[in-house]
Amino acid sequence: MNIGYYPGCALHGSSNDYEQSLRACLGLLDVQLQEIKDWICCGATAAHSLNHKLSLALPARNLALAERDGHKQLFAPCPLCSMQLLKVQKAIAGNGARGELAQIVEADLRGDSQVLNLIQVFQNIGLDRLKAAVKIPQKEITAACYYGCLLTRPPDVTHFDDFEQPTSMEAVVAATGAKTVDWNYKTECCGAGMTMANEDTVLDLAHKILSNAAAHGANCIVVACPMCHVNLDMKQEAVNRRYGKKHGKKLGMVVYYLSDLVGLALGISAEQLGIDRHFVTKA
Amino acid sequence: MSKIGVFTCWCGENIARTVDVDEVAKRVAGFPGVVCSLNYKYMCSDPGQAMVREKIASEKLDGIVVASCSPHMHLKTFRKAAQTAGLNPYLVEMANIREQCSWVHHDKPSATAKAIDIIRLSVAKVRNDVPLRPIQVPVTRRALVIGGGVAGIQAALDIADAGHEVVMVEREPSIGGKMAGLSETFPTLDCSQCILTPRMVEVGQHPRIKLYSYSEVEAVDGFVGNFKIKIRQKARYVDVSKCTGCGDCWSVCPLKKNPSEFDYGMGMRPAIYIPFPQAVPARPVIDKKVCAKLIRNGCGLCEKKCKAGAIDFKDEDRVVEESVGCIVVATGYKLYNIAKEQPKASLAGYGEYGYGKYKDVIDSLQFERLISASGPTGGVFKRPSDGAIPKNVVFISCVGSRDNAKGMPYCSKICCMYTAKHTMLYKHKVHDGQAHVFYMDIRAGGKGYDEFVRRAIEQDGARYYRGRVSKITQENGKLIVRGADTLAGTPVEIEADLVVLASAMRPADGVEELAQKLNIGYDEFGFLMESHPKLRPVETNTGGVFIAGACQAPKDIPEAVAQASAAASKVQVMLAADELTREPEIAAINEQTCAACYTCLHTCPYHAIERAEVRTGRGVFIKNTARVNAGLCMGCGTCVSVCPSKSADLQGFSEQQIYAMVESLV
Repeated sequence: MNIGYYPGCALHGSSNDYEQSLRACLGLLDVQLQEIKDWICCGATAAHSLNHKLSLALPARNLALAERDGHKQLFAPCPLCSMQLLKVQKAIAGNGARGELAQIVEADLRGDSQVLNLIQVFQNIGLDRLKAAVKIPQKEITAACYYGCLLTRPPDVTHFDDFEQPTSMEAVVAATGAKTVDWNYKTECCGAGMTMANEDTVLDLAHKILSNAAAHGANCIVVACPMCHVNLDMKQEAVNRRYGKKHGKKLGMVVYYLSDLVGLALGISAEQLGIDRHFVTKA
Repeated sequence: MSKIGVFTCWCGENIARTVDVDEVAKRVAGFPGVVCSLNYKYMCSDPGQAMVREKIASEKLDGIVVASCSPHMHLKTFRKAAQTAGLNPYLVEMANIREQCSWVHHDKPSATAKAIDIIRLSVAKVRNDVPLRPIQVPVTRRALVIGGGVAGIQAALDIADAGHEVVMVEREPSIGGKMAGLSETFPTLDCSQCILTPRMVEVGQHPRIKLYSYSEVEAVDGFVGNFKIKIRQKARYVDVSKCTGCGDCWSVCPLKKNPSEFDYGMGMRPAIYIPFPQAVPARPVIDKKVCAKLIRNGCGLCEKKCKAGAIDFKDEDRVVEESVGCIVVATGYKLYNIAKEQPKASLAGYGEYGYGKYKDVIDSLQFERLISASGPTGGVFKRPSDGAIPKNVVFISCVGSRDNAKGMPYCSKICCMYTAKHTMLYKHKVHDGQAHVFYMDIRAGGKGYDEFVRRAIEQDGARYYRGRVSKITQENGKLIVRGADTLAGTPVEIEADLVVLASAMRPADGVEELAQKLNIGYDEFGFLMESHPKLRPVETNTGGVFIAGACQAPKDIPEAVAQASAAASKVQVMLAADELTREPEIAAINEQTCAACYTCLHTCPYHAIERAEVRTGRGVFIKNTARVNAGLCMGCGTCVSVCPSKSADLQGFSEQQIYAMVESLV
């Protein structure tokens, strides 16, 4: 099965381990990612805080490219990217922004391709099929599934799962044979937008997320967002430097992409998935 | 024929400012059939009416048009004037040249031209008016009250004390409603049960009140003055006439761990139970869903123990019929279900508050039971999870209310007050405890209300934060409440032992089905519709059916009681005479031309069309026909528009009149 693939800036840059993991994991499940040609930035947080029209036009162009390439499904592994794409679809379905946006991006805009996040890709593959393909059940794993702020929000754009207490990722994790915990920070912000501007905030938030997951008995965190991964994995050492004394020990929480965990269960090695390139590699 | 008088009113300058009334009077005088045309500053004033009366007599008028305001305002006034002068009151028409002309235009010449046209229509109509007589309908001088909460109790007692019989139907095993479960009431902190139970006893013992508890209205037939009600008495498995209420049965029942409906699950009750000690009637019911005898023919201890022989496991639902003249609906409210799962797609839950997940997140009615002296904890304030006395309690108002995203944009009105009351009751029980309140606005309009809230804050030290709570989580046995203080501009995090959610008020379950049986309207939220929000607040659009209490909109006890008394007084007016007078402007069917297709019967929204037969004087059958029930017809005209043979017509607004009006214009 081929699906359209919109990597966004992260998966070709700081989070190329995520792309490596996705290609290895999904490839084994017979899902080939077809990168849409000539894609541009989704606008992310910068565009929509400056210019509403621009924030719609940037993802509109990417949507138009996917439609041009004939993709019925468009997979955006970064929740911010997928939310932006969904936002355009909502705008052209509702208030008739279609004409104006089509003019700006100089292409037709039908808005009929289905935008998917990583969890939905696994749902489309089918959890039963996934279960059947598991070679190494991940019995040692007790995961805290972390959705972050954008995977489920805003609810009237994403229309995905319960936006305060989601459970869809837990279902995928359970299919790999791993256990999950019920914890408090599933949908809290990790502070991604503040990574450069205000590290204090990021460390505070990351610390709360990591320590709450640990307090509820998790031995790893599973994410489906490149920014969450950066903040919880790369910043973990800084978190430990600042808050380690409070706990008397370091946190040492492995942060997996959802595709990492599925990949491991399918029998793919940590190296092939790029897990060895994470900052925290073992508990 | 036709000697028509036209009386044009200035309405001070309301009309005269934009309509040239002299010009109007002059032009109208030339209309065919018009014999006199006058204008005057206030036609509704005494001299104005005298002018109308005098002209009817002196000119021998056989129809008049008053060109002034909406007929909703003064049609009655001028009909009365006409009647006094000897003219049939249904030969009076009003041309609305105020609301529909002078108030909405500013260009004088065109407004004047429009006013003339409006009067032209009315003149055409009045020329085709025929004298009508009001309809007399016999009245059954009894009333039905649906719902035995405080509103229903008030209405029933008022009507019964005035000398009329009352049938009260309550679906729970006891009357008392929500108020019976409250601890103390704002703004005076008087004990709720202490003020309510005497009224309940009065209902139970009143010689003119017939109480059907544990019963529901099954069907409603008939019309104003003559309703036939089918009441389903649910199987109680206890013979109320034999039972003495001694309590042997419920003390011997071994199945004691069933969540009590009356305590909203905060306490337990046996399988055979009375909801609370002061219940009226003080007779138990058996919960057939848990009773071992009824489920698998086991146990039966209560039957053996009962000295009166009142237990009857073979009891079945019974349907009885009652005749009444009027109905008061007082079905009350329930609280919005805060949990994640919702009964309707239009409603959304509060997954983030963990109601149903954390035992110590409760709603306001559950709090009432926990703090109540007669509650499941016997007046000691303990939290549900572990029985500890909570030292930090967070109250969150507007949970559901005023929240478009949850499907309830309205204000529930009483929560600001009872939340303030809760903080006080809590402080009075737990002196070293701290109450925290998150609110959007404090809405404390009412006698002594704002003073009461200030007392909660200033004397009893409740901490108020203006802001919403984003999430409630649990850590180390504490509920972590994270919210915002938007006045201070800071996030707030409170480690609470108990959280109380002031959940929105919603109409009671099943009210929509009941409204359909009664043919009365309800809004998108299920609250029953009053006939006019200001001037007819307890009437509905169906004659003889009145509403009172929180089934109409969220309201507190004083308001519910006031509305109940208002509904009762409307009932008394209706039951004061043996006959009821109704306006004759209703549909009539020409039985000679009616083809008996009954299209009208199926489309009539008031079920006012009946199947009938035309017979000769000797009773020989001639033909079938449709016939209008004068008691039910509201004169909407739907039958007129659907009748294929043009046999249905509206008296006082006939098709001929409409054609004449249109013709006069074109």
